[in-house]
Amino acid sequence: MLNYAIKRIALALLIIIVVMLAMYAMVFLLPGDPATLALGPRATPALKQELQIRMGLDQPVYVQIWNFFRNAVTGDLGYDVWSKRPVAEMILEVFPKTLFLGVVAIGGALVFGVALGCLAVVWRNTWIDRLLAILSVSMISIPSFVIAIYLLLIFAVWLGWLPAIGAGEAGDPWSQLRAVILPAFAIGITWVGYIARLVRAAMLEVMSANHIRTARAFGLPEHKVITRYALRLAIIPTISILAVGFGSILSSAVFVETVFSRPGIGTLITAAVQKRNFPVVMGTVLFMTAFYLLVVTSADLLMARLDPRVRDVFRG
Amino acid sequence: MSEALVSVEDLSISYASEAGDVQALRHANLEARKGEVIGIVGESGCGKSTLASAFINLVAPNAKVTSGAIRFQGKDILKLLESQKRQIRGRHIAMIFQDPMMAFNPVLPLGEQLIDFQEHRHDVPRSEKRARATAMLERVGIPDPAYNLGRFVHELSGGMRQRVAIAAALLMTPEILVADEPTTALDVTMEAQIIHLLRELRSDHDGAIIVITHHLGLIGELCDRVYVMYAGEVVEEGRTEDIYHNPRHPYTKALIDCDPAHLDEPVAFLPTIPGRLPDLVALPSGCSFADRCPIVQERCRTTSPRMIETGPQHRARCHEALR
Ligand SMILES: Nc1ncnc2c1ncn2[C@@H]1O[C@H](COP(=O)(O)OP(=O)(O)OP(=O)(O)O)[C@@H](O)[C@H]1O
Ligand SMILES: [Mg+2]
Repeated sequence: MLNYAIKRIALALLIIIVVMLAMYAMVFLLPGDPATLALGPRATPALKQELQIRMGLDQPVYVQIWNFFRNAVTGDLGYDVWSKRPVAEMILEVFPKTLFLGVVAIGGALVFGVALGCLAVVWRNTWIDRLLAILSVSMISIPSFVIAIYLLLIFAVWLGWLPAIGAGEAGDPWSQLRAVILPAFAIGITWVGYIARLVRAAMLEVMSANHIRTARAFGLPEHKVITRYALRLAIIPTISILAVGFGSILSSAVFVETVFSRPGIGTLITAAVQKRNFPVVMGTVLFMTAFYLLVVTSADLLMARLDPRVRDVFRG
Repeated sequence: MSEALVSVEDLSISYASEAGDVQALRHANLEARKGEVIGIVGESGCGKSTLASAFINLVAPNAKVTSGAIRFQGKDILKLLESQKRQIRGRHIAMIFQDPMMAFNPVLPLGEQLIDFQEHRHDVPRSEKRARATAMLERVGIPDPAYNLGRFVHELSGGMRQRVAIAAALLMTPEILVADEPTTALDVTMEAQIIHLLRELRSDHDGAIIVITHHLGLIGELCDRVYVMYAGEVVEEGRTEDIYHNPRHPYTKALIDCDPAHLDEPVAFLPTIPGRLPDLVALPSGCSFADRCPIVQERCRTTSPRMIETGPQHRARCHEALR
């Protein structure tokens, strides 16, 4: 298990390094230097040079990369070109809002998805099952920006039940909760359908397995057969999908936050890209990559704990 | 001769399928007495596992019992309520499943499952159940049982798995032990060891053991009496030595002739019975073995033969059984 964990973590670190190198390459392969791009065509050479020094662009590329990594390890992600605030501070300020959005979206998707999946299993091959299948597939296939805009129109503009913009008042959980519902729904709904299909398939497969028959053959009551023998196996594929889903939910956050004018990582990164605020873009991407890998790696490790067969594949 | 502990009476089971009803078991009659080991033998697809699933009352969801009963302790166990059926499973009638790799849950340690399988003993604390599981593993020859209780099924060798499966079935000291192909998944040395273990069991088990197999050697080593099955029917029954030395049904004769242990000299190909099992969805009229039978007569194609008494405790379903 330890061996497996070390391998997974090493892989995650490697991915972070590759992503950062790719980011750097992208910045330097773009025509024009970042300082000129950021300041626009009418900037004076003196101004440009000052900015270049501030961004560390006067040094050789490998020194820049090395410095960036060295600083990143100590939690220093550089400074905003314009406001001169530490990037790390800016990220930490808005990240909880994005995280909250993501957790509500995936949590809701999990609850509804598992429930619908189990319903489909209980009523398998009846019209209820078929209805749920159609519903799930529609949820998967309708793009979330379409859903986001309709939700906004219906619940915020026409009915006025829920706020259209913002993330709620600071320190007021109720208003924050109300503000998160629509955006979370917009990104989570795809996953409801997806999880429902997944849980249904996994449960059906497990329930017909021989070991389920064995458990019954020894007189185990059905509820114990389902909770202790079937669900434990059926939940394993769901967990790995959830981790990947969480990554994609975080990236959907970029545009959903823009649509709902919600402060968060998405709005931060969009604004930074528009203003060529290079350190903020770099810092945010690094942070999100690291966070995403953390989620996926923990899910893999959790899966390995739940499924001894996976553990053995990576052993030795 | 002691009284039957369990008896199968006129049992028919069919499976619903797209092509129609698969008549996997037809009017089967058999019984097992106290202290007796009976063998059920027949080629693949003749309905052995179907019969086994009926013993523990766990037929497939698409299966239907179309006639008959299984009598145990004066009741037809097929007609009990679900909760009563559960009382019998594992405790009175236990099963050693075909393919132990698939028969255990892959993500629960074996020990946990062996503890769960003692579900019926509500009054007994977990620690005692664990101790009992350990003792059972010891009993079936698993080295370091306490350690092996913590392992998962895929971590064990085929022979060990089969031993654990046997230990599981013995946990509740059931009156009836049904073993479905207990040695099929094993290589020859392992097979010999498991046969040895089963022989030991038979001497201190005072219930009945029902061994299901397509392997005649196993029957010869273990069983007092044999039922030969063909296409869902019992075609011959008798004491093991009678079946071996004086088979009355042509199918039994063919089975014995095909048994590698009966060959006198090396051959390039193992002999097989020519032809195939009849289609269980649309059975031919008359004898189901007629198409493959070397001594087939005119009437075999029109009238189904009945069981004919051919000697003491020896019967065969063949018009020509007395020939
Ligand atoms: N759930 C099912 N649905 C439809 N047909 C089935 C089902 N289970 C078994 N059958 C069919 O019933 C017949 C008897 O099957 P069974 O498993 O009892 O045979 P078996 O003698 O145990 O064979 P084997 O030696 O291969 O284990 C076969 O023709 C099989 O295809
Ligand atoms: Mg079988």
